[in-house]
Amino acid sequence: MADGIRDKVAIIGMGCSRFGERWDCGPPELMLEAWSEARADAGIEPEQLGAAWLGVFYQEQSTGKSGLPLSQALRLPNVPVTRVENLCATGTEALRGAAYAVAAGACDVALAMGVEKLKDTGYAGLPERAKGSFEDLWQPSATPPGSFAQLATAYARKFGRDMDEVRRAMAHISKKSHDNGLHNEKAHLRRAITEEDVLGAPMVAYPLGVLDCCGVSDGAACAIVTTPEHARALGHTDFITIKAMQLAPSNGWEQGSSEWDGAHTITTQRAAQRAYAEAGISDPLRELDLIEVHDCFSITELVLMEDLGLSGPGRAVDDVLDGRYDRDGILPCQPDGGLKCFGHPVGASGLRMVYEIYTQLLGRAGQRQLDTPALGLTHNLGGVPNRNVASVSIFGLNGG
Amino acid sequence: MTDAVGWARGRVRPGQGTRSFAHWDEDSLTLAVEAGRGIDSDAPAPARLLLASTSLPFADRSNAGIVREALGLPASTRLLESGGSRRAATSALIESLESGVSTLLCASDCVDAQPGSEGETELGHGAAAVLVGEGPGLAEALAWSTRSSDFVDRYRQADRRFDYRLEARWTRDAGIRRPLKALIGEVLESAGIQAGDVSYCLAGLPASVTRVVAKDAGLEDADLLADVEAEVGLCGAAQPLLLLDRALTRAGAGQLILLIGAGQGFDVILLRATGAARRESRPARVRVEPNYTRYLGLRRLMEIDGGLRAERDNRSAQSAAARRHEELHGFLGGRCSACGKLQFPRSELCLHCRAAGTQELEPMADLPGEVNSFTEDWLAWTPRPPLIFGNVHFPDGANVMLEFTDFEAGELAAGDAVRMAFRIKDFDDRRGFRRYFWKPAPAETDHG
Repeated sequence: MADGIRDKVAIIGMGCSRFGERWDCGPPELMLEAWSEARADAGIEPEQLGAAWLGVFYQEQSTGKSGLPLSQALRLPNVPVTRVENLCATGTEALRGAAYAVAAGACDVALAMGVEKLKDTGYAGLPERAKGSFEDLWQPSATPPGSFAQLATAYARKFGRDMDEVRRAMAHISKKSHDNGLHNEKAHLRRAITEEDVLGAPMVAYPLGVLDCCGVSDGAACAIVTTPEHARALGHTDFITIKAMQLAPSNGWEQGSSEWDGAHTITTQRAAQRAYAEAGISDPLRELDLIEVHDCFSITELVLMEDLGLSGPGRAVDDVLDGRYDRDGILPCQPDGGLKCFGHPVGASGLRMVYEIYTQLLGRAGQRQLDTPALGLTHNLGGVPNRNVASVSIFGLNGG
Repeated sequence: MTDAVGWARGRVRPGQGTRSFAHWDEDSLTLAVEAGRGIDSDAPAPARLLLASTSLPFADRSNAGIVREALGLPASTRLLESGGSRRAATSALIESLESGVSTLLCASDCVDAQPGSEGETELGHGAAAVLVGEGPGLAEALAWSTRSSDFVDRYRQADRRFDYRLEARWTRDAGIRRPLKALIGEVLESAGIQAGDVSYCLAGLPASVTRVVAKDAGLEDADLLADVEAEVGLCGAAQPLLLLDRALTRAGAGQLILLIGAGQGFDVILLRATGAARRESRPARVRVEPNYTRYLGLRRLMEIDGGLRAERDNRSAQSAAARRHEELHGFLGGRCSACGKLQFPRSELCLHCRAAGTQELEPMADLPGEVNSFTEDWLAWTPRPPLIFGNVHFPDGANVMLEFTDFEAGELAAGDAVRMAFRIKDFDDRRGFRRYFWKPAPAETDHG
C-alpha cells in the first residue's frame, strides 16, 4: 500500500520573477530571473541538478515545445528536462514531476520551472487558438471569463441566491486580493480598489465585470527540491516539505450529465479529499494557516471555498462577506494577491502559489507576513468548470 | 430603412410593411430545415427530399444532404436540388406531382439586396415546405402546366451576390400579363374549372402584379394573400409555397387555389383544398431590427471590424466531421442501453455508468431544453455580440454546453425553456466553408 508523498520531499529554494506585462523580456529572461533567485536561495549550481521539469501551457504562442527552452535559457549541462502541460495546473505538474523524482530516489536534486509569456499576442486576454478538432465542430467558441461566468448563474440558481448578493461577495473577493497585492512588489496589479469599483466595472461576461477577472501576465517561478535528508546534508535547516500533492481531472461527467449542478468543481472536491487524507488533515479550516487558490475569476474563488470544504454548501457568500478569507480572517486566502493581482502566467501560476506558501512559512514575506503560519495549501483549476484539471497541494514547515 | 438609405434613391416617405431577413447564422439551408421540421404529418418518411432555392450555399457539396441529416431522414432518401429560377419550387412541385414518388419539397431563399437598391425594399428571406404523396392530405392537385421563356427582366449571375433588374412596368406588361393569362386559362380549362370559382390566386410576384394578372384571367375575386408580402417581402423561390402554406390554414374543403411560379417562364398549378384539419401555422416570432447598420452587419453587407479575435482560423476538421456528421447535423445523442441515460456526444464508454458500447443514437433536436447556466460574453468574437452560451439540460440526464441564438442581452435566465434550432456554427472565410450545428433558441421561435 502506497503511503503517499508526505514529508518525503523538501523545497530548499524558490524563485519568482516579477509578474506583469513584461514588454522588456521574453521567456528565457523570465526563467533566468526566477532561477537566479532560487539558485542563490538553495545554494545549488546547475551541475547539481539531476533532472528538471518545465511547465508551459501555450507553447506555440509563448515559449516553445519540449524541454529545450529551459535547458537553453539556463545553459544547463545537458540535464534531463521534461516539459509538462496540464492546463492551469501546469506549474504544479512540473513540481509534481520533480518531487516524484527525488522521492523515488532517481536523483538528489531536481528543478521545477513554470513559465508563460502571454503578452506577445497583441491583444488582451488569453490567446485564441485555431479551430480544427471534433469539438470545435459543435462547442461554443467560449472565452475563459464566459466559461467561468457559468458558475455564477448556476450557483445563484441552485442556492436561490439573488445575483446582486452573489456579486457583492465576488466584489469583496476582488477587493481583498487587491488589498493584499498592494504589499507584493512582484505583483502585476498593485492598486487598491473598492467593492463599488468592481460592481461598476465594464461587463466582460455576465455577471463578471473586468475587475472580477485576474491579470493576464508574463512570468516565471521555480522550485528546487530534494529529500529532507539530502537537504540537511547540504546544510539546510530552513526549508518546507510537501505534505500532499493530489490531482483530479474531469472524466466528461460534468460536461455531459445534467446531474452536475454547474455550481461547483467536482475535481477540486476530489483532489481536496485526497490531499487532506494524504496530509493527515481533518479540519482544514482550522488546521490550515493560509491558502492560495485558483482565483482566475472572483466567482471561482467563491465556489472553491465550498469545494475545498472550507465553507458549507451555499454558505460561501456569507463567509466571504463576513471576512473569513480576508488577510485578518480565520483563513487568509491569496495573501500575495492571488491570480487576481499577482497575475496569471499560466505555466508559472502553480509554482507562484507555492512560492508564497514557502515565503510565508519561512517568515520572509515582509509587509504581508502572516503570524507564524505552519501549513499552507495551493490549488489550481485548469480548464473550465465543466471540464478541468484540479490540483490540491499542501506544504508544511520542516518537520512540522 | 428610408431614414438610413432613402436619400440614395430620393425616397423621403417611409415605405410600408416589413420584410424578413435571416440572422447571421441562417442561410437558405437552415431556413429549409426549419420549414421541413414544420411538416406535421404521420405519413412514412418520404422517398425523396427536394430542395428548391436560388441561393443554396454550396455549389459543389450536397446542400440537400445536410438538410436530410438535420431532418433525420434516412440515408436512402433520394436527394434533388432545384434552382436557377425563382420558379424552382413550383417546377419541383410539378415534377413531384408527375413522378408519383413521395417527396418532401423544401423551398427556401435567402438573397440579399444591395443597400439602397429597389430590391432591398422587396426581397425577404424565407422558406416553406410541402409533403407530396398519396392520400387525402391538405390539398389535391387538379391540373398544371408550364411555359419556359428566356425573358430576362432580372437575373443574378452565379458569381454575383445581388440581382440586376430592369424596369418593373416593362416586366409586367411585356413579360407577364399575356403569357400568364394564356397559361392560367389553359390550366383552368383542362380541369373544367371556371375562373370565378377560384378562391386563391397565389404567385411569386409582387402583389401589385398578381392583382393585374388575376384581373386579366377573370380571378378578380380571388384572395391574393397580399398580407404575406407586406409581412415578409418576396422570398424568391419560396414565395409560392409560403403563400400556399398560409392559404391551407384558411381554405375550406373544396376551395380552389391557383399557384403560380414565375421566373423565365411560368408554372401554374390548380389545387383543391380538402379542408383536412390542420393546425394553424405557428406565428413567426418577429423581432424587428430598428438598427439599419446592424442589419447590414449581420448580413455582412457592411464589413464590421471584429477586432483581433475575429482573426481566429475556423478551419474545420473534415475527417472528424466525416466520422460524425450525422450526429452533428442531426443532433443525435447516445442513449445507454445499460443505464437508460442520454448524453451528447455519444461515446464508447457511457459517462453516466461507464458501460462499454451500449449507446444507441437518438435524436435530441426536438427535446425540450432547460438552461442551467449561461453567460453573455462580450470578449468572445461573434457577429452579434454578446456571445451567449451555457449549459443546457435535456431529459434523461443529458447536459450540453451550447451557443445560444436569437437571444438579446438580458433576455435569458437560468431555468428558461429553449428549443433547438439548426444554424450556422462558424464561417471559415479563408477556405470558403461553413459548418452547421444546433443552438438553443427561445422556446417559441419558429420560422414557419
